[in-house]
Amino acid sequence: MKPFQYLRPKTIAEAISMATDYPEAQYIAGGTNLVELMKRGIASPSKLIDINHLPLKKIEHRYDRLRIGALALNSDVAKHKSVLSRQPLLAQALLAGASGQLRNMATVGGNLLQRTRCSYFYDLALPCNKRKPGTGCGAEAGINRTHAIFFAGNGFGGNEKSSCIAVHPSDMCVALAALDTEVVINGTSGERRVPLKDFHRLSTLQPELDTNLQPGELVTAIEVTDNAFAQHSHYLKVRDRASYAFALVSVAAALQMDGGRIWDARMALGGVAHKPWRYWAIDLMLRGQAPSEKLFREVAEHEMQSARATTQNAFKIKLTSNAIVAALKAATGIS
Amino acid sequence: MNRQSLDNPSDPSLSRVDGAAKVTGTATYSAEYAIPGLVHAVLVTSTIAKGSITAIDSREADAVPGVLAVISHINAMTIPGWPPKKQPAERVPPGTAFRVFYDSLIYFDGQPVAMVIAATHEQAMHAASLVRVTYQQEPHRTHFEKNIAHSGIPLNVQRAKNSPFQDYERGDAAALRDAHVRIEAEYTIPTQHHQPLEPHAIIAVWEAEDKLTVYDKNQGVKSAQGQLAQAFKLPRENVQVVATYIGGAFGSGIRVWPHTMAAVMAAKQLKLPVKLVLGREQMFTSVGYRPYTKQKISIGAVKDGRLAGIVHEGTGQTSMYEEHLERTVLASRALYACPHVATRYRLLPLDVNTPTWMRGPGDATGMFALESAMDELAYALKADPLEFRLKNYAESDPERNLPWSAKSLRECYELGAEKIGWKNRLPEPRSVKRNGMLLGYGMASSLYGFHRHPSKARAIMQADGSVIVQSATMDIGPGTGTAMTRIAAKVLGLNAKKVRFDLGHSALPDAPGQNGSSTIPSVGSAVHVACEALKSKLVALAGEMPEGRKSGGQLVVRNGRIFSSQDDKEGISYADILKYHYLNELEVTEESKSGAERDQYSMYSFGCHFVEVEVNPLTGEVRVTRAVTCADVGAIINYQTARSQSIGGVVGGIGMALMEHSEMDHRFGRYVTTDFASYHIPVHADVPPIEVYYIDKPDMQANPIGSKGLGEIAIVGVAAAIANAVFHATGKRVRELPITPDKLI
Ligand SMILES: Cc1cc2nc3c(=O)[nH]c(=O)nc-3n(C[C@H](O)[C@H](O)[C@H](O)COP(=O)(O)OP(=O)(O)OC[C@H]3O[C@@H](n4cnc5c(N)ncnc54)[C@H](O)[C@@H]3O)c2cc1C
Ligand code: SF4
Repeated sequence: MKPFQYLRPKTIAEAISMATDYPEAQYIAGGTNLVELMKRGIASPSKLIDINHLPLKKIEHRYDRLRIGALALNSDVAKHKSVLSRQPLLAQALLAGASGQLRNMATVGGNLLQRTRCSYFYDLALPCNKRKPGTGCGAEAGINRTHAIFFAGNGFGGNEKSSCIAVHPSDMCVALAALDTEVVINGTSGERRVPLKDFHRLSTLQPELDTNLQPGELVTAIEVTDNAFAQHSHYLKVRDRASYAFALVSVAAALQMDGGRIWDARMALGGVAHKPWRYWAIDLMLRGQAPSEKLFREVAEHEMQSARATTQNAFKIKLTSNAIVAALKAATGIS
Repeated sequence: MNRQSLDNPSDPSLSRVDGAAKVTGTATYSAEYAIPGLVHAVLVTSTIAKGSITAIDSREADAVPGVLAVISHINAMTIPGWPPKKQPAERVPPGTAFRVFYDSLIYFDGQPVAMVIAATHEQAMHAASLVRVTYQQEPHRTHFEKNIAHSGIPLNVQRAKNSPFQDYERGDAAALRDAHVRIEAEYTIPTQHHQPLEPHAIIAVWEAEDKLTVYDKNQGVKSAQGQLAQAFKLPRENVQVVATYIGGAFGSGIRVWPHTMAAVMAAKQLKLPVKLVLGREQMFTSVGYRPYTKQKISIGAVKDGRLAGIVHEGTGQTSMYEEHLERTVLASRALYACPHVATRYRLLPLDVNTPTWMRGPGDATGMFALESAMDELAYALKADPLEFRLKNYAESDPERNLPWSAKSLRECYELGAEKIGWKNRLPEPRSVKRNGMLLGYGMASSLYGFHRHPSKARAIMQADGSVIVQSATMDIGPGTGTAMTRIAAKVLGLNAKKVRFDLGHSALPDAPGQNGSSTIPSVGSAVHVACEALKSKLVALAGEMPEGRKSGGQLVVRNGRIFSSQDDKEGISYADILKYHYLNELEVTEESKSGAERDQYSMYSFGCHFVEVEVNPLTGEVRVTRAVTCADVGAIINYQTARSQSIGGVVGGIGMALMEHSEMDHRFGRYVTTDFASYHIPVHADVPPIEVYYIDKPDMQANPIGSKGLGEIAIVGVAAAIANAVFHATGKRVRELPITPDKLI
């Protein structure tokens, strides 16, 4: 680990000005991802700006939305009354992630900004466009069983020097992507809001960028707008062991039902793309329909038409399709 | 849970004697000794699989504050026991243990190429990242399947006519050809790593120019002592190895590995105590692994379900510089009464580090294939897999034509079948669902050869009547100290609280390393005979006392006192005896080893596993929902610790069956699954209730305590039982481990 300087700002403004003044500085929240990256030499900030003392822990419901401070702990969010009653999908997704100990440290902001788990990204001896632009994507012709099947346009994200087939590892973000979420961001020129769907990036020409956050900017909160999905939400995570593993594929399904029919539907997929993959057409396909396995199968296959396998992950196309069916069955309660 | 599976009510267990120290953090592990003046070492490892180092630039590293030295082949000391270096460097012939920092040659990715020593661990870590190594790369071979043509009969076997790994054949091959039903299939086990939670670590201290102490995580202090003494050309007693507590090893600590030598070298060169702790990723290339192994089985039976023949071929991977041999195909010779059996074992040398024994070495691998094939054949015969095994039960050892010293496998089968509810199982695969999940049951047998090595133990009666028992044995987790305490307490009729057992130090009486399930059979016997000898001495001394003389020499020992057989009211305590004879302590050392019985009987531990699995029909996720494991290992010394061993074995088997898989990118010859996020081992949620049962019938042919090894059979066969249950649940036969969702959807 490279030696670094530790800073502890007292205010949001001070934090932002520190981060803007020192381009090699990085915020640290729970540290569950960043410290590992630093130990392995993947991140080597000259200054660590510890934001844990900023007043960003609050979880509250105001007007038509749930506002969750960027420093709220994953475990606190998952058990918060308003979250459980209004956005149970978010709680389910959080609890499907990491382990109890990690969730006790991990923050909402850190979770949004956690980096991919692609093995090549973590190994300095191997090529990786995301870690070191221009070195090539190690995974593309290598070990890519867990990598992406959905990409921007038709490609794997660019040419040889800029392609990246990594997936975003977060569970929380998949649930948030299915819901109407805004990310609240503070920077030198004040506050701005970005819909979650535009916060993370697909890997096009700059795989080193995971998000559209600008240098120095601080995530202060996320806001989830109220909805009528609480009764029919399901987060399904498929993984290589029963717990404490990143998703092979995950599905966040949120439906509104009445009179045995579906009236509104949202879905996002995890573990399949460089960002949480929103299944935009699902609402159109399910609206007004009565749930059935046959319908769900059609809906699943439809989205998978645009999926593309790399060398080792063809199974993920079928798995994702099956997982969509399973999640919709669970959300609608059909067997 | 069934009481019987927890304990034997007539013989309550002793809780772990080291339990309190471990859970309260007072147990000192290898990396934790507070040695004054300690400095810290971090390894720099190669990033190519084959070639040579052309330059090492350590200028940046040297400049880091606190850095004391950067050691590599360029400036490393000459190890007195190693042959002089060749100029130019030459690749070693197979059979040469890897010599760290010896020359510029690279044999595998992850090979130590330099070591930074600094005042703090952080400084050493940082400096290690700044050491620039340049290489001349050569094409490497790491891909097993693509290089299988390079496999052959191990040189070791070619040289040794009596090697058990020689090709073997009994009976007439026509039997298999003419079998009514025949299966031929290939089974693959990927490379799997031990990855104990405690990483390997060493503190090396040169107490004087010619005196070395190492606090090292290993499984055999005596063999480590011998190997280090040989390397540094020192008298054995000048080298002391301490390994009192070990946080799991599973075989990774059987050898003295390069990193240990590196730390000892650095300590010598710097004249400072040096600590080296391997990083998790370094554990993948430093301390061995279960080798990638491909097996082919042809197996057939006649109509009534009797086996006609088994041909079992296995090829395992090894390094270019050493041959690592495993028992992969050997179980097929002994487990079933089968007229025709042929086995062939081959090795494939690759540009990788040498594998080593991992829990159930060879047999866990081989029995996955054999017991999967048996299951396949049972289905092909439309026979019940358990009945099929019973039909082919070997009443004596068909390989050696000897009677078993003892075998209660039949009782294991019956008990396991009853506990899992085998008779309610519907034979048809993919025919039962529970809560939407496909439900399946599978079983497999287990066996492991009996290993008993000469062992010594010392028993010292203290003036206060308590006893200290000592042996240079190890406890890598099974609870050795607890079991030995139990044996000593029983022989001497003492409360276990009055017994202390010392282990894990090379100055103690000779004992084998902890491997091959040999500790209880070997060291347990030594402790037993030492305590018996101590008891005899005490009885003799008691006989010389006025109370003893009255009895005319007829003395019995009970509850830590010696009684006259005529009058058993007034006993003489051990303390009284020592006091009367003006003794501060009374000491005996005894050795115990096998005798002629080894040629008269065939000795094995036996067992079986039954599992229930649920498979998600949509996602292909497998969960083991119940496991029943039954073992026939002779006498159980201590139920509680034995049970933990069995549970640990099943958990290891779940890992082997469902998730463990070290993946390499063969373009680079480098592992990419080098952390616990990508190398999966079972977590709590993967572990179902595991019921453990023992037959607990002493095998008095085996040794004086009637007890055989348990550690290995706890895992051998588990992967097959799970694969068989998965087949029953889904109708899909997975012959390549691990059974991940992609293989089932
Ligand atoms: C072994 C392991 C298993 C895991 N398994 C899962 C899993 O199954 N599912 C899952 O979803 N996650 C998983 N995680 C990831 C975990 O969720 C993240 O590590 C965690 O959410 C990161 O939060 P943190 O507060 O610790 O972030 P940190 O490590 O402190 O920071 C991460 C990044 O976010 C930046 N950052 C933090 N806060 C802010 C902010 N407010 N504004 C701007 N930038 C900020 C930091 O600069 C840094 O770049 C796992 C992690 C580990 C170590
Ligand atoms: S997939 Fe992305 S993160 Fe992985 S090696 Fe390729 S560029 Fe790097």
